[in-house]
Amino acid sequence: MLKSAVILNKLAGVVLLGILTALLTGCTTIINPQNPQSTFDTLGPVAENQLFIFWVIFFAGLVVFIFVEAALLYMVFKFKRREGDGDPAQTHGNTRLEIAWTIAPVIVLVVAAVPTVQGIFYADAGRYISANYQAAADEGRFLEVDVIGHQWWFEFRYPHPTNAGEQIAVANEMYVPVGEPVVFLLDSVDVIHSFWVPKLAGKVDMIPNNDNMMWFEAYVPGEYFGQCAEFCGVSHANMRFKVVAVARDEFDRWLLHQANPAAEPSDPLAAQGKKLFRDAGCSGCHADSNSVIKLRDDGSRIPGRTGPILNHVATRLNHLGMFRNSDVDFEDASGRRLYINSQGMPADVTTGRSFINESMLQANLKEWITDPESLKPGNLMARDGEPYIDPANELTEVEIDALVAYLMTLK
Amino acid sequence: MTTMAFPIPRPTHPTGIWNWITTIDHKKIGVLYGVTAFILFLTGGIEALLMRIQLAGPNQDIVSAEIFNQLFTMHGTTMIFLAIMPLSAAFFNFVIPLQIGARDVAFPRLNAFSYWTFLAGAIILKISWFTGGATNAGWFGYAPLTSVQQNPGTGIDYWIVSLQVLGIASLAASFNFLVTIINMRAPGMSFMRLPLFTWMTFITNILIVLAFPVITVALIELYFDRSFGMNFFNVARGGDPVLWQHLFWVFGHPEVYILILPAMGIVSEILPTFSKKPLFGYPAIVLAGAIIAFMGWMVWSHHMFTVGLGPIPVTVFTITTMAIAVPTGIKVFNWMGTMWGGSMDFKTPMLYAIGFVAMFTIGGISGVMHSMASSDAQQQDTYFIVAHIHYVLFGGAIFAIFAGIYYWFPKITGRMYSETLGKINFWITMVGFNLAFFPQHFLGLDGMPRRIYTYDASMGWNLWNGVSTAGVIILAIGILIFMHNIVKSWRKGELAGGDPWDGRTLEWSIPSPPPEYNFAEIPTVYDRDDWWARKRREVRRGVPVAGGSGEDEHHDIHLPQPSYWPLVVAIGLFIGGIGLVYPVGMYAISMVGVFIGTVAVYAWSFEPVNDPEEGEQAAH
Repeated sequence: MLKSAVILNKLAGVVLLGILTALLTGCTTIINPQNPQSTFDTLGPVAENQLFIFWVIFFAGLVVFIFVEAALLYMVFKFKRREGDGDPAQTHGNTRLEIAWTIAPVIVLVVAAVPTVQGIFYADAGRYISANYQAAADEGRFLEVDVIGHQWWFEFRYPHPTNAGEQIAVANEMYVPVGEPVVFLLDSVDVIHSFWVPKLAGKVDMIPNNDNMMWFEAYVPGEYFGQCAEFCGVSHANMRFKVVAVARDEFDRWLLHQANPAAEPSDPLAAQGKKLFRDAGCSGCHADSNSVIKLRDDGSRIPGRTGPILNHVATRLNHLGMFRNSDVDFEDASGRRLYINSQGMPADVTTGRSFINESMLQANLKEWITDPESLKPGNLMARDGEPYIDPANELTEVEIDALVAYLMTLK
Repeated sequence: MTTMAFPIPRPTHPTGIWNWITTIDHKKIGVLYGVTAFILFLTGGIEALLMRIQLAGPNQDIVSAEIFNQLFTMHGTTMIFLAIMPLSAAFFNFVIPLQIGARDVAFPRLNAFSYWTFLAGAIILKISWFTGGATNAGWFGYAPLTSVQQNPGTGIDYWIVSLQVLGIASLAASFNFLVTIINMRAPGMSFMRLPLFTWMTFITNILIVLAFPVITVALIELYFDRSFGMNFFNVARGGDPVLWQHLFWVFGHPEVYILILPAMGIVSEILPTFSKKPLFGYPAIVLAGAIIAFMGWMVWSHHMFTVGLGPIPVTVFTITTMAIAVPTGIKVFNWMGTMWGGSMDFKTPMLYAIGFVAMFTIGGISGVMHSMASSDAQQQDTYFIVAHIHYVLFGGAIFAIFAGIYYWFPKITGRMYSETLGKINFWITMVGFNLAFFPQHFLGLDGMPRRIYTYDASMGWNLWNGVSTAGVIILAIGILIFMHNIVKSWRKGELAGGDPWDGRTLEWSIPSPPPEYNFAEIPTVYDRDDWWARKRREVRRGVPVAGGSGEDEHHDIHLPQPSYWPLVVAIGLFIGGIGLVYPVGMYAISMVGVFIGTVAVYAWSFEPVNDPEEGEQAAH
């Protein structure tokens, strides 16, 4: 038993060293900033500042980590009891040493606190607004977007560029102008959600009746992943969205296009789908032609319909903010990228073709309408929607195709 | 004076199941706590295992979203309230009277009541799996997700009632231990001679007494919202969901220290014993524990950095949270000072204790990282936090609890565990634990939110999730080896003797397992680490000082008698609690529970003294 214990101890030491080495090398190579929600690929000033503070405290922590773990390892080998050892010296403490290891961490923490507190104030949108209000007002450009959480999708409301007192609503995919700070006013209609685009900024919660704010800026054009970060019920995991950053003029074109109703469907199947959209009850919760919502006289927001707005649903790069409608990357190796063409549509910059892959969009829409519960368990449409709860009103294959055809005309 | 006629005599069952049911012996209650809590720990582990299997790869469909949400809610609630807290309570029960030289706790029947009430609360929580769905709003139960509109089932009600019943158990136990530690110390056992585990228990129980009323209030408000249409958290009627968060975390953060301080106490016993050196900087460690407990009340909003409190409060809570790292650091450094220059013997308890220091340090460092509110905005509600809490609560609390189980196992059972199996258990657990939880740091920094039942293959989270699941499976194997070791050694381990570790504190001065009366003669304490000093025939540095019970040594030994009533009161609470979940007929079921409980409390109060000597004394 004694011998096996000795071998075990040696083996254990080797394994421990192995693990430590693996972890240290792992840290440097395995976290891939290319991952869509990596916090190490900072593409905006807020995320950049937050990462800087992370590194400050990470390296301070690393020093402590190495000191403690190395000392432990040293002691384990150095002060191991050997056969015939008597009692060691009975030290009860050392006041100087104890004062030293109380003060040293205090100094480290005070140093680390400085950039942290600066960072807290830097990320604060209220302060940002008050500091920059005049400049923004002079320029006439200060984009403020309302972000409203729903179980389990995101609604975004933009101020109408020309009509004061009106808002333009979109769902699950928002555009922002690149290189400009954008302020977000966060709200929720049901439970607490959290608004998070890791590559652009840390999260701020969306709490009903709490006027939370945040701001970020995207340095480069691109498509950024966002995800709800506060547990919000059954389909919390499926509450995702995208932020698309484009040049200011492209953004303006996109926004204006979103404000207009889509063209009337000419295809007979799509026309049938449009009729069905009303007859089957879809329009009870979804707006399909009008994205413009007036503000109340006191400037407060009028709630939209229960479900995501579907006007221009066929212009979205992602279905439900999570499934690709496009087979082209925003930016590929050759530098080709999305731009917003003169019709306000996302298009390929070299070919001018639409960025949306029609067959992917079609398949996504069809899958969703056929069985929404499997894609977003617990969603209201599957729970309360007439076609899904009343077998007599169940949609036929043909009806689903018609609805899909109609939705695909909402460009 | 005539003794009141009482229909039911006090139970006298020297052995068997009725002995366990009616016992009020602190050692047996400690064992009951330990075994029950360990079984509940396994249920929480199975819940975790199911979650990890679901997350082993992207887009898996092994459990549904609804079940997954119940799993993580139950896992958190179980591990905190039904595993770590009662496992700590098991040590309080078994060890504290022995360490302070007492024959039992101050209120032995109240102690039995705490155990049975804890069991009642645990059963209420766990049966909700089978009554139409367990709670699914997270262990933190953020409003308005817990509202009756959002969550019409009974899961949340079971959760509320269970936590209330568990709160009663915790509060009763805490008052009991506070009174015990203050009043029942052996002569000469002044506070600054208390063993560190007793000190940390004392501090922990102060925290419990102060923290549980807050969660009690919050849960009552939630119950009123759900059952009587009140509007504490109902946004539509002007309620405020952030109020819940404040109440929950004012309780929830001290709760973190309720979980970790006993673990720190255990480690502070083991490191000196197996280094053959006194604890380095005893006063500093005690003071650091007290400061941690005090400052634990000033940091709750660091759980709410993303709630939008505004930059000023966030700054304040950033600074208080950073400050709490200082006393924690003092503890770690003093533990290292204890080992430094020692004669270290790597028995299993020592391995776990060193493992605790190593792992808790990692959790402590990531904790300081979270205190920086601005970078925390990226980490909040991600797997980075999941990694942090598991380094603190598994690498910390559970490692220390395993250390404690191995350390006191010979004292509890009189038998020695298998050292070889213990070491295998430690290394497998250590490897499995790190494999399971270290990669979760990477996942969090890669933007993986917590509490998601699925993720897409394109997110780049596949590898580390797979590794983490593999780690959990290795961890589970480690736990199985632990169970095998304990069960086997309990039945036929070698006899351990009274003092197998060359121990330092009073529990090692008596036989193993300790006799029912613990100490044949109440010891007089002259020193910190009195037993060690006695063995080494050190020159008595101190003199006996005032403090402790000063019990007359020449008295015959009185032992408290077993009783049925603590169990019956707990049954009343159980039925009363179930009645709150099912408020049929003007809370008829609850009324039955209240009736049983009330009768039992009266019966308890008027219980006849069954001790012949006590009877004699009463006759004088």
